[in-house]
Amino acid sequence: MATPEVYIDSEGLAEDQRSLLGKLAGLCRRQPLGAAGALVVIAMIVMAVFANLISPYDPELAAFENMLQAPNADYWFGTDQFGRDILTRLIYGARTALFVGFTCAFIGATGGLVLGVASAYFGGRFDLILQRIMDVFMAFPLIILALAVVATLGTGIQNVIIAITIPFIPQCARVVRSSALSIREIPYVDAARACGFSDLRIILRHMAPNVMAPYLIMLTTFVGQAILLEASLSYLGLGVQEPTPAWGLMLQGGAEEYAESAPWVPIFPGIAISLAVFGFNLFGDALRDLLDPKLRNR
Amino acid sequence: MYKYVVKRLLMMIPTLIGAAVLVFLLLRAIPGDVCEVRLAGTGLYADPAEIELCQKSLGLDKPLILGLDTQFTDFVGGYFTFDLGESMWTGKPITYEIGLRFKLSLQMAIMATVVAVAIAIPLGIISAVKQDTWIDYAVRAFSIAGIAIPSFWLGIMIILGLLIFTQAWLGEPWMPPIDYVSPLEDPWRNLSQLIWPAVATGYRYSAVATRMTRSAMLEVLREDYVRTARAKGLMEKVIINHHALKNALLPVVTIIAIEFAFLIGGLVVTEQVFNLNGLGKLFVESVGNQDFALTQQLVMLVVLVFVFTNLVVDVFYAWLDPRIRYS
Repeated sequence: MATPEVYIDSEGLAEDQRSLLGKLAGLCRRQPLGAAGALVVIAMIVMAVFANLISPYDPELAAFENMLQAPNADYWFGTDQFGRDILTRLIYGARTALFVGFTCAFIGATGGLVLGVASAYFGGRFDLILQRIMDVFMAFPLIILALAVVATLGTGIQNVIIAITIPFIPQCARVVRSSALSIREIPYVDAARACGFSDLRIILRHMAPNVMAPYLIMLTTFVGQAILLEASLSYLGLGVQEPTPAWGLMLQGGAEEYAESAPWVPIFPGIAISLAVFGFNLFGDALRDLLDPKLRNR
Repeated sequence: MYKYVVKRLLMMIPTLIGAAVLVFLLLRAIPGDVCEVRLAGTGLYADPAEIELCQKSLGLDKPLILGLDTQFTDFVGGYFTFDLGESMWTGKPITYEIGLRFKLSLQMAIMATVVAVAIAIPLGIISAVKQDTWIDYAVRAFSIAGIAIPSFWLGIMIILGLLIFTQAWLGEPWMPPIDYVSPLEDPWRNLSQLIWPAVATGYRYSAVATRMTRSAMLEVLREDYVRTARAKGLMEKVIINHHALKNALLPVVTIIAIEFAFLIGGLVVTEQVFNLNGLGKLFVESVGNQDFALTQQLVMLVVLVFVFTNLVVDVFYAWLDPRIRYS
């Protein structure tokens, strides 16, 4: 096989870049909400990655002489009841939120992908039993299942991740299964089987790539949901524990107590949670429109 | 049709059994039990013999599942004798504990649903009719924000807003009353307590319904019969309200029904913020006290309501669309 010649043509490159920018601009015009979402997501990632460079103070160090200061030039978003800078804790909180969000979404969606495709591929009794098990998990409200798991395992960030991931798996499995069912009927799966490929190889190499659209859509929705669930659990005192900076935790305890005299304590973390989930949801919606033409306009 | 209903009813059984086993095992995996929480929870020394006695009186010394007289048979057996047992924490019957809070949770669920429908249907229609205009984008952003804003934070903000505005206008801060009064007794007081949490949850819950209304309307508006109605020269208002909306409402009603089922038990966090003594709060408390008996019955109640609502929705669909029955 001859390797194709590679030209390095500066003009062509410039044209390529322009068309890329043009494409991006076109995308922003067609999906203004999605572009806004992507912007929030990128801003959040930058904030989380460079938290130690951006933030002016230590997120965990209490300084009681600065207790409950109103927003001012030194502390832009004010300080909490331990004298910690709220802005710093918000920036570091983005780390916690994204870590929990991405971990739960990735494990949940991938677990669902494998189970969903396997369920569709094997069919029969395996499918039936697996679906009944999924039914059981789907019958619980998300927060109640997560609460029960946290109660069992105890609080802390790893257990919160487990508690949030478990309800995600059946949700994704159900969606993936329904798309995988139609793929199974396409002759190339039979062809792969005729070639003597193992079931595992057919599931992972041949079927899974074809259900990427629902997988990616579920993945982005899960990130937002996980951030919200983590915040709810931390708010109830069952999630991330002090002194780790987490948005839900910042709303717990003192935030309500001091709400009247120090409204900046509850206001900013809530805005951070809302904005983050908002960004991921908008982004996920735009992705759905782009990847899945059947669902367009839904 | 009859066959389909029976089939669906039978399919409920494995789900419910699975849920019972799952809840049972999850709770038993928690280290410690209600006796330790009660006797040693205060940090004082607790006599091990006393703990053992307490465990014995609550049946916590029995084997878990294997055998004829186990903790699991105590739990499931209750369903056949219509006796849900007593709370391990208060010692009162569970039906009493639930009954005490059920009214409040049910009223909240109904009010939140009303708020959600009042937001979702008009906005969904406008969004669909004005597709891809700034109105559409604004509505979509508003509804996505509904999913994004944590309802407990919205609750805190509502309380804060009330405090600040009443301070500014009336001269003294006003807070919604904390104790529940039946709406029949004092409707005004009742409403002034529950309207705020209802708005906070209703907004969140309207988000999904708004999106559903929008997509269903968009689909219906492209149908031939809508074009025919337009060609006939009917007024746009009549077409939308009478011809399109009626056909678009079915999936919306489904979503609302399913979310309603979740609302009854799923108000966990909102009840915490507004300090309402409902089922959600009872659930959090019973988990904290390791009151296995009460926790598992509460979870089963939520699961049962949810599974049953799903069944009713499916049967309703099958009744409307015979193709579903035979597939």
